[in-house]
Amino acid sequence: MSRHPGELTRRRFLGTAARAGGTVLLALTFPAFGSGQKPGARATSSQVNAWLIIGADNSFTVVVDRSEMGQGVYTALPMLLAEELEISLDSVKVVAAPVGDAYVNAGNGGQITGTSNSVQDAWEKLRLAGAQARTMLVAAAAQRWRVDPGLCHVRNGSILGPAGKTATYGDVAAAAAKLPVPKEVKLKPRENFQLIGKPRLRIDSASKVDGGAEFGIDVKLPGLLYATLVQSPVLGGKVIALDSAAAEATPGVRKVISTDGGVVIVAEHFWQALRARHALKITWDPGDNAHLDNAGIRAMLEKAANLRQGLSARADGNAAKALKSAKRALQSVYEVPLLAHAPMEPMNCTADVKPDGCDLYVGTQVQQIAQTTAAAAAGLDPGRVRVFTTLLGGGFGRRLEVDFIPAAVIASKAVGAPVKLIWTREDDMTHCTYRPPAREELSGGLDAEGRLIAWSLHITSPSITARASPSTTDPFDSVVEAALNCPYAVPNFALTYTRQEIGIDVGYMRSVSHAPNCFAIESFMDELAAAAGKDPVEFRMGLLAAKPRHAHVLKTAAERAGWGRPAEAGRHLGIAFMEGYTTQIAQVAEISVEAGELKVHKITCVVDCGQMVNPRIVESQIESGIVFGLTAALWGEVTLVGGRVQQTNFNSYRLLRGNEMPEIDVHLVQSDAAPGGIGEAAVPPVAPAICNAVFAATGKRLRALPIVGQNLLRA
Amino acid sequence: MTRLTVNNRLMETDAAPDTPLLWVLRDHLGMTGTKFGCGMALCGACTVHLDGVAVRSCVLPLSAVVDRAITTIEGLSPDRSHAVQRAWLEIDVPQCGYCQSGQIMSAAALLHRIPNPSDAEIDAAMSGNLCRCGTYPRIRKAIHRAAELQGAGGGSGKGVRK
Repeated sequence: MSRHPGELTRRRFLGTAARAGGTVLLALTFPAFGSGQKPGARATSSQVNAWLIIGADNSFTVVVDRSEMGQGVYTALPMLLAEELEISLDSVKVVAAPVGDAYVNAGNGGQITGTSNSVQDAWEKLRLAGAQARTMLVAAAAQRWRVDPGLCHVRNGSILGPAGKTATYGDVAAAAAKLPVPKEVKLKPRENFQLIGKPRLRIDSASKVDGGAEFGIDVKLPGLLYATLVQSPVLGGKVIALDSAAAEATPGVRKVISTDGGVVIVAEHFWQALRARHALKITWDPGDNAHLDNAGIRAMLEKAANLRQGLSARADGNAAKALKSAKRALQSVYEVPLLAHAPMEPMNCTADVKPDGCDLYVGTQVQQIAQTTAAAAAGLDPGRVRVFTTLLGGGFGRRLEVDFIPAAVIASKAVGAPVKLIWTREDDMTHCTYRPPAREELSGGLDAEGRLIAWSLHITSPSITARASPSTTDPFDSVVEAALNCPYAVPNFALTYTRQEIGIDVGYMRSVSHAPNCFAIESFMDELAAAAGKDPVEFRMGLLAAKPRHAHVLKTAAERAGWGRPAEAGRHLGIAFMEGYTTQIAQVAEISVEAGELKVHKITCVVDCGQMVNPRIVESQIESGIVFGLTAALWGEVTLVGGRVQQTNFNSYRLLRGNEMPEIDVHLVQSDAAPGGIGEAAVPPVAPAICNAVFAATGKRLRALPIVGQNLLRA
Repeated sequence: MTRLTVNNRLMETDAAPDTPLLWVLRDHLGMTGTKFGCGMALCGACTVHLDGVAVRSCVLPLSAVVDRAITTIEGLSPDRSHAVQRAWLEIDVPQCGYCQSGQIMSAAALLHRIPNPSDAEIDAAMSGNLCRCGTYPRIRKAIHRAAELQGAGGGSGKGVRK
């Protein structure tokens, strides 16, 4: 037997069990994260509302109902509640919410972390929760003292009453939790904010520098077994025949199970399960994709685009008519490839199926779907499945999928023990739900003065939403986002969509269709500007004349990047702008091309995302999005041969490395507007900004991604 | 039984000799701070120190580390007091955090070797550690800060601050 000297204790926090007033209060077992926490502290505690647990020792635990995948919700959301509760952020611990009605994200129609809207959803909700809790705590103290609550006030987690009476929140939390929730509470005006809008350190950083942070892959349970899943090498294939005798005779292997998703090997240790893969003899039915490759996908999209007019997603004026009357008309086709999310933590799930229920430990962006998926795999009622959300080692939309859950549940049920199923990097890379490819065909018409009078965009692509929710009445939303929001004032604009599936599952990836749309639109705007003989910034400013907030962002980015001033020898600039997630963002890429080789020297980024909760996190999210966008723009491409993905690991799917970082200059515009999204907005402008700079440098217009590998020698 | 020294403690494991150190640490010894990212020494998430040098534990078999001193993120300091950890917290480097154990171990090994590294030396030492969240600018800042914190200056003296 091994000794386990380094085993860290799972930090658990027990909440109260109740269901009251439409707010779900469940028996919770939470792993807690926070600086200065005392593992094992089990003070008596009271759950005041769905988002707040107060210990008798005046400790504060905020239940966060969005998944922490790096974007900072474990800090930003508690800040909202702490602002109104009048407590210091230093005293706050965080736990992940269980599945519950109270935790639904109204903007996404489910308990879903995505669409960059965590702060938007929480903005009123958590400030209200904090204010209501504060009011209830004051009322409880006032009742105890038999005084008017109006004579009490709060300061840093304590209530101060008349005649020097004081009580901590913890002293009265149990009584407060029994009081009715006040309907009318007043939220602080902006000028009184103590926390919101201030740069604060993240709550979760401490556990991320000492190895203590618990991701899904780190879950520890007594008697835990490990599993690997062997999936069809051809996407969509199925097992026809399995000979597992040799694998089952491999040391440590407990069981081999054939499932719809592939063959699961359960072993005492993960390495044993991995070694046994080589001993499996599987006969696969490759299914319908045995001949699928990139040329075939491209041809499918092109054929569909040419045959079909598409569904109308937006129609301003009469673009077709106006295009005919234009003095000068341009047409271009832009194409983007399949991409993989490639989060650093490969997909994994730990399931513990017992006769009467199932516990699921998983880094997921979709708690309810995880619950129902596990329930179906276990043959249980969803109410019998508890979902414990761990930290996510990157999400980027990959963990909106639940394809890594059923096999873990089936395996746990089969062996009667908890099972941690881990995908290898190769499994992850070759069985992603890929960012769909898209073909974006644009037309534009200029009048005699070079003004854009009409344009159209026809997008042909698979629909993620139609796959994920087959009953959807809106197949557009995952395909046309940035085009639908495009703020340019042009009297005639037609946006159409042709759905063309390609035989493999595609998924939501960070910024979803904003990136393909922004690449096509912002590159094409550059083409139009050149055709009109106008400066690219001037041309766009003309289209944003009635939108000062947008124009300010664009103009500031140009100024900061030195647009219009003499550049260093060999350096060239390109600009791109986007409205998305109700955030306005502009980027300028500074590049050089020498002997056909591109170097990105600097990205200047100006953002107006409305009211910021934590500017420090906003800035890091912008940096993060730029890095994500650089990887996609420069190298991002998944290729298929015979239905098999050719990229298997980081040697064939290249990610930007630290030594390849350009300089980044981020400027955040102070704004009173409603909060906008920030996790995805910085990704899309990167590719068009670089491609527009390449045009400035070489006269070459790049109409497909990725950039590296294309001939950049001067035209 | 194989004996190995992890974080100055003598340990024993019944893992097969070909088991990568990564899985011995994680599954056999319960030390999950060291992460699995690629299994091919391409991403650096599994970085630990072997006799003070940064190595990728995902490709290092147990048989190769017998009688060698292994340091993991859990053993870097008992209380996040290592200069690199302090700098990481001050600059607030982590986002999702998954790669950060490996980043920190690579940075600590670099600063042990070169107390005040230049940007080029940071590039050379850190290019094997991927971060999909893109914390690279903050990692660079934090390494310079850690050099200050550990009182460099009498070291190589060729640090270039960006």
